[in-house]
Amino acid sequence: MTRTKALRRGLVPWLLPLALLAVWEVAAKAGWLSARVLPAPSDIAVAFWTTLKDGSLPHHVGISAERAVLGLVIGGGLGFALGLINGALPLAEDILDSSLQMLRNVPHLAIIPMVILWFGIGEEAKVFLVAVGVLFPMYLNTFHGIRSVDRGLVEMGRVYGLGPVALYLRVILPGALPAILVGLRYALGIMWLTLIVAETISASSGIGYMTMNAREFLQTDMVLLGIIVYALLGKLADIASRWLERRALEWNPSFHTGLEAA
Amino acid sequence: MMVPLRAAPPPQVQPEVQDQATVTGKGLELAFDSVTKAFGDVGVLKGLDLVIPAGQFVAVVGRSGGGKTTLMRLIAGLDGPTSGTIRINGTARRGLQPDVRLLFQDARLLPWQRVLSNVGIARGPDWKERAQALLAEVGLADRAGDWPYVLSGGQKQRVALARALVTEPGILLLDEPFGALDALTRADMHRLLTRIWRQHGFTAILITHDVAEAVALADRVLVLRDGRVAEDITVDIPRSARVGGAPRLAELERRILNSV
Repeated sequence: MTRTKALRRGLVPWLLPLALLAVWEVAAKAGWLSARVLPAPSDIAVAFWTTLKDGSLPHHVGISAERAVLGLVIGGGLGFALGLINGALPLAEDILDSSLQMLRNVPHLAIIPMVILWFGIGEEAKVFLVAVGVLFPMYLNTFHGIRSVDRGLVEMGRVYGLGPVALYLRVILPGALPAILVGLRYALGIMWLTLIVAETISASSGIGYMTMNAREFLQTDMVLLGIIVYALLGKLADIASRWLERRALEWNPSFHTGLEAA
Repeated sequence: MMVPLRAAPPPQVQPEVQDQATVTGKGLELAFDSVTKAFGDVGVLKGLDLVIPAGQFVAVVGRSGGGKTTLMRLIAGLDGPTSGTIRINGTARRGLQPDVRLLFQDARLLPWQRVLSNVGIARGPDWKERAQALLAEVGLADRAGDWPYVLSGGQKQRVALARALVTEPGILLLDEPFGALDALTRADMHRLLTRIWRQHGFTAILITHDVAEAVALADRVLVLRDGRVAEDITVDIPRSARVGGAPRLAELERRILNSV
């Protein structure tokens, strides 16, 4: 009973996309859709296979992923650290927070010309942009998370003899974790967005470069492939962060689905 | 009249050898020497002179704003007195004190730690064994691996009680811990607390709005009014006779209610 239900819940969301895909394929093969406008799904699959075989797709995906992860680690780590410090020390907040809030209001993509002047179109430019993009969501959510930890629990921890370190590790940080993970999910979204823009404007490798290059040669199938790869990578990051949330927030009833509770 | 009750405690749930040694006479004496507490110009406690002997069960009743919570925070060491001294077993103390534990109105369990880790929050050597033993004492031995959110209100408060007792404190403060529970659960908790107080011998200080609860549980009831002890009443009825409708009990309750 539960199994068939679970199976149905797993399958049903796929029906509509699959149907659309079928219509699209038929329309493209019948010539109703120009291959220049929208190549058939099977053509994209072929493009995927060829680029996979000649190694160019893994190469570009690898480079993009490297930029994304590096930017996330640097910017996210910095935002996390700033959030921790400002959340714990009022003096640090007084010194840093208003400046950070000011910088936060600059759309980070607006500094692309500046970044190109500083770093050219090398790797640093992309990593820097991603890092700037993910820094603020991580900072804001970590800071807010630490500030909104239940004061009653902190007081309890003090009465029950927890020292500053134990209090931080066992009460404050776990209490802030839900907010921090929300920040991480925001950061992942911004990470891909930034990377796409940066690679499309100035790059000599990566998925964005691949699609822009394909555009020049009117290879619509490759452009679409690039878009799909971006979508898949974004989805992958989302699944990873959801998995992390469910693992780390097992104690929180709102992260249990009906299926697990049964 | 109290003697036969103390001499024949109910059978121990955890008859462990190591427990016996630590259980005897751990209650601490608590003394207030002209203690005052003011917040700005507002005096909340206006000269408190009081001795609570080791092992006594004292209930503090009074209206909201009468200084009950302030008194509790002073004893717990969360705040310092404006003037005067609080002495524990004769030694003046300030700041947080490891031999004083506080049972909060809301259980304040860490939601991200399982029941056993919550009880053993102070860690230390053998904390798992000791936490498990205390959980058995409050009747929740089989819930050690659960997350707090699956527990009922009464169970949470029992876990909090186990957590308070795991370090064998000399003084246990109870800040209206049963206020949010339903009547039946509350009666269960009263029985449990009385049994555990007898076994462990700590000094218990219960803050409550509920005069019936105060006379049901305590040896002595302090009525706090306008920052002073307005009334200091000894509950001279054996606990076994403290059932609803006992005339002496009703008389005490009336007397306390009149002075609140």
